[in-house]
Amino acid sequence: MQTPRHSAIVRVTHWLTVIAFLALLVTGLELVISHPRFYWGETGNVNMRPLFSLPLPTSRDTINNGYGSSMPDQNGWSRYLHFESAWVLVLTGAFYGIISLLNGHFRRDLVPEPGQRTLRAHFQRIAQYLRRKPPSTDESSTYNVLQRSSYILVIFVLFPFVILTGLALSPSFNSAFPFFVDVLGGRQSARTLHFFVTWALVIFLVVHVAMIALSGFWTRTRAMITGRVAAIPTEERP
Amino acid sequence: MTISRRKLITSGLAAAAVGVTGLAAADRIARRHGLIPPDCGGVFGPGETLTYAAQRLITRHSLAREFPRSKISEKPFANALAPPNDTFKKLQAGGFADWRLVVDGMVNHPLSLSLADLHQMPTHSQITEVVCEEGWSYVAEWIGTPLYNVLNETGLHPETRYIVYRTIEPNLWGSIDMADAFHPQTLLTQGMNNGDLPVGFGGPLRLRLPRQLGYKSLKFVTQITATDSMKKFGKGLGSVDPEYGYSWYAGI
Repeated sequence: MQTPRHSAIVRVTHWLTVIAFLALLVTGLELVISHPRFYWGETGNVNMRPLFSLPLPTSRDTINNGYGSSMPDQNGWSRYLHFESAWVLVLTGAFYGIISLLNGHFRRDLVPEPGQRTLRAHFQRIAQYLRRKPPSTDESSTYNVLQRSSYILVIFVLFPFVILTGLALSPSFNSAFPFFVDVLGGRQSARTLHFFVTWALVIFLVVHVAMIALSGFWTRTRAMITGRVAAIPTEERP
Repeated sequence: MTISRRKLITSGLAAAAVGVTGLAAADRIARRHGLIPPDCGGVFGPGETLTYAAQRLITRHSLAREFPRSKISEKPFANALAPPNDTFKKLQAGGFADWRLVVDGMVNHPLSLSLADLHQMPTHSQITEVVCEEGWSYVAEWIGTPLYNVLNETGLHPETRYIVYRTIEPNLWGSIDMADAFHPQTLLTQGMNNGDLPVGFGGPLRLRLPRQLGYKSLKFVTQITATDSMKKFGKGLGSVDPEYGYSWYAGI
C-alpha cells in the first residue's frame, strides 16, 4: 500500500537545500584552509593570538603552522560558489517558510503534538530508539517528537544563525546593518561562530542520514523523491 | 487529481513564456539602474548579480563601521609584496617626489597630480577595518583625500559609469562603480596611523574602499580613468580579479 508522505514543496525545497548546503560546506572548508586560525573579537591576524588553530595544510603562505602551504589556492571559484549557493539556500528557505506558515505544514507536521511537548516524551522516544523497538505504524506517515524538535531546531535556529553569522562577514552588509556583527562580538567572533554552527549542522546531517539508513535507506529516500512510501517492509525494520 | 498531458504541456509553455518575458524585463530594468556587475556571465553570474544588485539597492549610501582610536590594531598585518619593479625603485629613491596620479578618460580636464598636489586637497581620516578574503583583519587609521575631490576637479562626463584605477604594476588594476567612486569613505590614502603610509601597506598611494574586501584596495595607485563601459579594459570583466577567478564586486 502506498501512503502520501511528503508534499511536493517539502521534497523540492529539501533537495535544493541538500545541494546548496553541500556546496556551501565544501567551499566553506576550502576557504578555511586559506586561514585555518580562529579568533574572538573584532580583529585577528597572524600577528595576534588565535582562539584556536586547526592543524591543516594551508593554501596560503601567510600561515606558518608547520604543515606547509601545500594546498592549491581554490578561493576564487569557492567564493563565487559559496555565495551563489547561499542565495539558493536563502531563497529556498524563504519560499519554504512562507508556504509552510500559510498551508499549516509547520503547525501540523513540525510542532510536537499537544501531549508530546515534554522532555519526558523526548526521552521516551530516545529510549525506544535505544531498545531498537520498531516504530509505530503512524510513524510512516508522520514525524515523531524527536524528529519534530530536531527539524524545528535546524529550521528556526541553526539555519537562521548560520545565515546571520555569514552575513556578518560581509563588509558591505555590515556597513548598512552594523547591529548584527556588533551583537555577535565583532567580525572575528562572527567568523568563529559561523564555523561552529556549520559543525552543528554537519552533526545534524550525519545523525539524520544515519537514522534514515537504520530505518530503511531506499524506502525513506524514495519517499523524499516520489512523495509516497510503501509501508516499511519488515526486513528493513531496525 | 489527474491533469491531461495536453493541459500540462500548454500550462508549462505558458509558465515558461511568462518566465522568459519576466527575466528579460528584469534584465532591462536592472541594466538601466546599474545593478548588473561586469562579471555577470558564466555559471556564477546569477549569484554574483543577485549579490551586487541587492547591495546596490540596500547599501548604496551606507557607511563602513568606524572604530574608536583604542581599537587600532597594535600589529597590523601586511601581505608579503612581490619585489618592486624598476619604475617603483626609481621613484622610491627620489622620495616619491616624481610620483604622479594621472586622471584621464571621460573627463573635461585631464589631470596629473603629485603627492603634494593631493596633500593640498581637503583630507579626511577614518579608522576602519581591513578585511582580507582569507579571513584575517586589522583596524587602522587611514588618512587621505576622498576620491570624489579629485573627480569633482576633472569634470566627469555625465555618461561615466565606472572609475578604473591602475597601479605601478601594469597587471594590477581594478574598477568601481559610481556609488563607490563618490562614496565619502573611498580614500586616496597617503597616511596611516598618524604617519606616512608605509610601502608595505601600499604607500605612497593606496585606494582604500572599506566597504569591500582588501583585494579591492589596490596599492601603489598611479592612474584613474573614467569610462562608460568596462568592455574596453582587459577581458571586459571589470578588473583583473575575475580574470583570476575572483569576483569584481568584493563587498559580498
